[in-house]
Amino acid sequence: MGLHKTQFKGLAGWFDARMPTAMAEYRKHMSEYYAPKNFNMWYVFGALAIVVLAIQIITGIFLTMNYKPDARFAFESVEYIMRDVPGGWFIRYMHSTGASAFFIVVYLHMFRALLYGSYRKPRELIWIFGCLIFLCLMGEAFFGYLLPWGQMSYWGAQVIVNLFSAIPLIGPDLSLLIRGDYVVSDVTLNRFFAFHVIAIPLVLIGLVVAHILALHDIGSNNPDGIEIKDRLDSSGKPVDGIPFHPYYTVHDIYMLGMFLMAFFGVLFFFPEMGGYFLEWNNFIPADPLTTPTHIAPVWYFTPYYSILRAVTSEFMWVLAFGVLAYGVLLYFALRAQLARYVALGVAVVAALLMLPASPLALDPKFWGVVSMGASVMIFFGLPWLDQSPARSMRYRPGWHFWFLIAFAVVFLVLGYFGTQPPSPVNQYSSQVGTILYFGFFLLMPWWSRMGEPKPVPDRVTFAAH
Amino acid sequence: MKNLISALFVVASAVVVLPALAAGGAGINLDRFPAAKTTELASLQNGARIFANHCLNCHGAALMRWNRLHDIGLNDEQIKSFLIFGDQKVGDTMKVALAAKDGKAWFGKTPPDLSVIVRARTSFDYAGTDYLFTLLRGYYRDSTSPTGWNNVAYPNIGMPHILWELQGPREATIERVAHTEKGYVRTVSVYDASGNVTTTSQPLTGHAKEGTEFSFKAADPARARKYDEDVADLVAYLAFMTDPSGVSRSRIGVWVLVFLVFFTAVAWWMNSKFWRDVK
Repeated sequence: MGLHKTQFKGLAGWFDARMPTAMAEYRKHMSEYYAPKNFNMWYVFGALAIVVLAIQIITGIFLTMNYKPDARFAFESVEYIMRDVPGGWFIRYMHSTGASAFFIVVYLHMFRALLYGSYRKPRELIWIFGCLIFLCLMGEAFFGYLLPWGQMSYWGAQVIVNLFSAIPLIGPDLSLLIRGDYVVSDVTLNRFFAFHVIAIPLVLIGLVVAHILALHDIGSNNPDGIEIKDRLDSSGKPVDGIPFHPYYTVHDIYMLGMFLMAFFGVLFFFPEMGGYFLEWNNFIPADPLTTPTHIAPVWYFTPYYSILRAVTSEFMWVLAFGVLAYGVLLYFALRAQLARYVALGVAVVAALLMLPASPLALDPKFWGVVSMGASVMIFFGLPWLDQSPARSMRYRPGWHFWFLIAFAVVFLVLGYFGTQPPSPVNQYSSQVGTILYFGFFLLMPWWSRMGEPKPVPDRVTFAAH
Repeated sequence: MKNLISALFVVASAVVVLPALAAGGAGINLDRFPAAKTTELASLQNGARIFANHCLNCHGAALMRWNRLHDIGLNDEQIKSFLIFGDQKVGDTMKVALAAKDGKAWFGKTPPDLSVIVRARTSFDYAGTDYLFTLLRGYYRDSTSPTGWNNVAYPNIGMPHILWELQGPREATIERVAHTEKGYVRTVSVYDASGNVTTTSQPLTGHAKEGTEFSFKAADPARARKYDEDVADLVAYLAFMTDPSGVSRSRIGVWVLVFLVFFTAVAWWMNSKFWRDVK
């Protein structure tokens, strides 16, 4: 009859005979996906990110039912959702808390990758998909933030879109193209709404699928950084692997409970989270004629915002000599003749475009934008920047671990100063932070090779429960 | 693991210490709003009464429906007979008859809508309730200002002290320590109840703490104290209006957390049962 021969009975059998793919995929990704048995708490954030994505999509659908993407009604309609729509406040706070939770979860997920070398060969593509997801997430957050049409929505969008105008030649036209108007206006609100509710989410979901498919093809890394597929039992399963379902599904459900306690703790008792999740100024309706004295993006963007603000005309000297020194370093470090000259040449040209004394110097604002962009894009390079012989921090020299912690502290300090109004202390700290931030990544090919790695065991470290 | 715990400690302390270093920066010391008022129905109702009688002449609350006052124990009949003065229905929002253009002409600035004012006036440095509690009790007579009023929390404020009859006349003493080219100078301005000012300046030696201190002397202290109570009620009402779901939200939140504790306990138990197989 052309039906697929099935081993299942009843409804499952009926279904399997007509769509064998479903069962095959279930096996591939759940019941017969072998994950290392030594996962720790750090490995829950991928699953949590999916949960938060689902929260954002579902609450987003309900918000769209009552939100009005119109400059005259947007602010009012958000408050209407919060006050007059039954359960509306719950949906809206889910979405606003979810936005911050998404970044917390994703930052911890990325930190896990740095801790255990999850981006190392052969998982570079998984990491690249992940970085693209992160970029989409940033775009999604940026576009979404305009929608409540408060003062911070408005002026934050104004500042960020204006950054593009710093790009030589095409800049002013580009920012006009993004805004669709000469200032942020109803036109901008409408196109940002379109990006936020359909364009970016579509790309985001596609990338999440690619991220997971690539992961399940290669298999997960683990805290020991050992390939479990190197040791198979007689039936061809990894000896240190266990089926994702049920072992990690029950584990993730348990951790989901913990996460939801924190999530709903914030949502029900501190939905503004002291002005970090919902900025106070954003409860003032957007007013194109009144610029707030202090414009700060939401906390998850502030590390990069600090880097943007750190680049002043005096700092250009530091930046120019830094780039030049890095070019010289690459010249001596690279083996291929062509690469050496290209590296040095690019560094010299960049330094000429940076040095305030040079006639070719470009506006420091432009370099601020470049630095901010580079601070995000540099994550893509990690699989190639990290040259440590051991994958996991467990078997790398102890000070490597403390370097990573120092980086995390620098990231948080930059983030903190990004929320604060400009001041000399703020500027100086951000500049030091910027140097350390880039130093961590750009010097990684050298420092990650230094020191004596500890012996890596053959089998994963695991104590039965 | 030990390394990780100590690392998390380092990160956490960085996060905690930094804001502490940068704290301060608010212009004056704000009075503390008695937060317990926000849960007292009598206070909230009194606040609503003051709001409808006084504030609602110039300020609107266009995001707030009259019948939302059910949440603070008022029924439609009470709302209609005691609070609504025009021909509005209980399902309408608290709109104001004053035209924005007139407001701007009369006060120099359109009186802002007060629906979410407590949140809008909150900052990293202080709570919006404290700010409004200080602002509404910070008026003093100043014959040099256009309205005849000035305010310690908002110098040269456009809004006159419309509640002054409730508070009664007061004398204000404002002490400013500022750095000038002649070093630190302390300036004491005493405004009498008619707004006439007597100012004395005195140079200070060495380093002094900059800032503004203020104190008031009411002609009728009992009346002023009653006014403080009324303002606290009004601010409690404004806090309710800024986020009307707040009360039910924290009540539901407790049950959600209770459920999640139970859920997590079961999930933990299930997890440990399954993982017993993993050797």
